[in-house]
Amino acid sequence: MTWVNAVIQGVMLGGLYALFACGLSLMFGVMKVINLAHGDLAMVAAYIALGVVTITHVPAIWSFVLVVPIFAALGYVLQRTLLQASLNRGVITTLLVTFGLSVVIENALQQFLSANSRELNIGSLVSDSFSIGSQITIAYLDLIILVVAVAVLLGLQYFLSSSRSGRMIRAVADDREAAQLAGIDYRHVFGIATAIAFGTVALAGLAYGMYTQFDPTTGTTALLLYAFEAVVIGGLGSLWGTLAGGILLGVAQQVGAQYHAADQVLAGQLLFLIILVLRPQGITSRRELA
Amino acid sequence: MTAAGTTGASPLLEVAGLSVHHGQLQALHDVSIAVPAGQVHAMIGANGAGKSTLLRTIAGLHAPTAGSIRLDGRDITGLRPERRVAAGIALVPEGRRLFPSLSVEENLLIGASSRRTGEWSIDAIYDLFGWMRDRRRQRAAQLSGGEQQAVAIGRALAANPRVLLLDELSLGLAPVVVRRIYATLPQLAASGMTILLVEQDVSQALAVASHVHCLLEGRVTLAGPPARLTGAQIEAAYFGVSAASNGNGYGNGSPPGTPASAGPASAGPASASPAISGPAISGPARQADQPPGVHL
Repeated sequence: MTWVNAVIQGVMLGGLYALFACGLSLMFGVMKVINLAHGDLAMVAAYIALGVVTITHVPAIWSFVLVVPIFAALGYVLQRTLLQASLNRGVITTLLVTFGLSVVIENALQQFLSANSRELNIGSLVSDSFSIGSQITIAYLDLIILVVAVAVLLGLQYFLSSSRSGRMIRAVADDREAAQLAGIDYRHVFGIATAIAFGTVALAGLAYGMYTQFDPTTGTTALLLYAFEAVVIGGLGSLWGTLAGGILLGVAQQVGAQYHAADQVLAGQLLFLIILVLRPQGITSRRELA
Repeated sequence: MTAAGTTGASPLLEVAGLSVHHGQLQALHDVSIAVPAGQVHAMIGANGAGKSTLLRTIAGLHAPTAGSIRLDGRDITGLRPERRVAAGIALVPEGRRLFPSLSVEENLLIGASSRRTGEWSIDAIYDLFGWMRDRRRQRAAQLSGGEQQAVAIGRALAANPRVLLLDELSLGLAPVVVRRIYATLPQLAASGMTILLVEQDVSQALAVASHVHCLLEGRVTLAGPPARLTGAQIEAAYFGVSAASNGNGYGNGSPPGTPASAGPASAGPASASPAISGPAISGPARQADQPPGVHL
């Protein structure tokens, strides 16, 4: 029964990883941008939420109402300026620019907001839970995060498959030049895709800030690697693969922790390496978005 | 449906003194062509002559190093490709370049992104290609080559262009499929659309165009209505051999027309002449056709 509990906890942890990874997956799928600043941006979102809560006194759980639109706008602007300029100069430039962005963000956070650990205070919700039987305990927050992750992926899937903008995003991801020939300004479409990705990374940052403590280095030390692993396990550019990858990673970690507490991270890395060797294209083989 | 204000004298599409470089290599040298509204013009020439480069430059995918491109008198040389679509230029690119993960209908809807209005609604495109409506939900990647070419044309039509650029429609398609694709062109021309097409299959180009331009190593070597060009002239302009070639094999007895506007260039290895004269001109350097069974 403890093993069943470990799997259930792993699935819910996987929801958090999937939430982190879907923005990374979207940006890679559409623009072939590997955003190394992804984890740090999540932390920026968490710090902005702290500020929003301090100023407006709204409950932290509602801070997303402000933070997500702010981040979407930031994503659009960043894409149309810095990232587009780097894309015009080649893949390596983009990688270097996002790496530089990561360093700048991390150090700026440390400089201006100190290296102290912070958390988004959500009151008793952080520890509230319900039990199934005697062995399985499910925290409401974990469940909420999983539900949000699935809802975000469902919404994204629906947006990409059914809306005019979503269709344009898929067309640009398929063939940028052909999209231009069809009258699409791909730079605007890139901006939209990045805005969505930034909205999801903001949600992930908030979820993490409620879930546990964070500091300016959390983005690179804890988040970016897991997000990458979820994306690679699931299959690059595939949103449902990303959910599956996040959940597999979470389950591997929790089952590893059940075996021995120190083995949590190791188990996740082992799964990642095994997938990389046996199925480098990821567990889903579909190449296209959504 | 020619544009108001366009007289016979002023062409709808005018390329003047165009030079294009790919890095160190100059792909086009001082190319000038003018296409009046409602006409079908064809660019012919061997592999690497610069035909595709010309169409792609007109569509905005290459920036010229010199020269200008005008649409109905308006200079569009500096416009981005998507703005040119909005202005009324649509290119069907070489290799079709459909969006493979999108359905047939989605490909057409993407083609309508510029929101230009006109007679080419999605329904009108389905009427042009009868089979397409029933298979609109199918992914573009699942279509045969000929079907993909039809969708690529449909996608360009969805932008309701004034000038339609067609790049190597016949590439990689079985001859019967090519004939069916080309059979739709008169309908497009009848609707007032101006067409500039690139074709390696010279006989195909001569059959549909009211005017042909021959490119050789980035320069226009011959231009004129097909009826007024002899096989020997075309062969010389196409391959760069001097007019000494005896003009056998091509042009079933067409009378020697009046001299073309541009003389054949004398560049190119004359030794190539014996090997390439005769039947080769009906389809030089054609790609391997797809196996039979391709259908539209």
